[in-house]
Amino acid sequence: MAKLSQLKLAHQIFMKAYRYRKVDWRPGARLSKLLSEVRVAVVTTAGFFKPDQLPFDVSIRGGDCSYRVLPLDTALSKLAIAHRSDAFDIRGITADKNLALPLDRLKTLVAEGVIGSVAPRHFSFMGSISAPGRLINSTAPEVAYMLLEDAVNAVLLTPV
Amino acid sequence: MCHQSVGLIQSIIEKAGIPTASVTLCREITERVAPPRALFVDFPFGYPLGAPNDTALQTRIALSALALLTEAVPPVILRDCAVLR
Repeated sequence: MAKLSQLKLAHQIFMKAYRYRKVDWRPGARLSKLLSEVRVAVVTTAGFFKPDQLPFDVSIRGGDCSYRVLPLDTALSKLAIAHRSDAFDIRGITADKNLALPLDRLKTLVAEGVIGSVAPRHFSFMGSISAPGRLINSTAPEVAYMLLEDAVNAVLLTPV
Repeated sequence: MCHQSVGLIQSIIEKAGIPTASVTLCREITERVAPPRALFVDFPFGYPLGAPNDTALQTRIALSALALLTEAVPPVILRDCAVLR
C-alpha cells in the first residue's frame, strides 16, 4: 500500500501542506465505441525517454513539464528513466518498462480482440512536478491535441 | 507528485473529449485531484501495474482500468482493483 505516511518526513510535510491542483473535466467524455473497437494510448509520468531524445531537465525548479513522444515501435528495454526520487522504488520500472508503459500488454489485448488497436504515439512526462502551471496551460493540452490527431478513443494513465 | 500530474493530464485529455482512466497507488492524492476515473491498486509507489514481468497481473490491471470507461460518465470513479482482493 502506498501511503503518504510511508514517505520520508520531509516528503510527508511537503505533501500534507501542498495545495493540490484540480482541472475541471466535466461533463466528461464517453466511449464512442465498444471496448473491442477502441484505439488506446498510454500516458505515464515515469520520466521515460528514448536514447535519441533530450533527457528531462531535473534542474528546473518546480519540475520539468515537458513530455516525450514514444512511438508504438519504441524498444521498451532501451528507454532511459529520468525520474529519480527517494519517494519511489525505481527497480520495478528499471526491470520492466511495461510496469508503467504497458505497450506489450496492450498488444496482447489487441491480439485477443479485447481492445481494437494500440495508438501510434504514447507520451511520457516527468515526475516530481510541484509547479504544474505550464503542464496545465501548455504541455498537457498539446498531448491532448496529438491524441485527437491520432484518433485515440481511450487513454490509460499511470503514475509511479 | 506523479499522482497530481497524472490527474491533471487526465482531466485535460478528458476535457478535450477523449475518455480516460488512470491507475493510482495513492488514494489520498487522487481523492484531492479528483480525475474522472481511477483504479486504486494496492502496490507501493513505482509499481502501478503490480509487478515487473508479471504479464498476467499487468494485463488484468490495465484491463480493469480500461473497463471503468464502459461505465456511465461519473461524478468521479475511484475503484479498488478487484483482481487484488
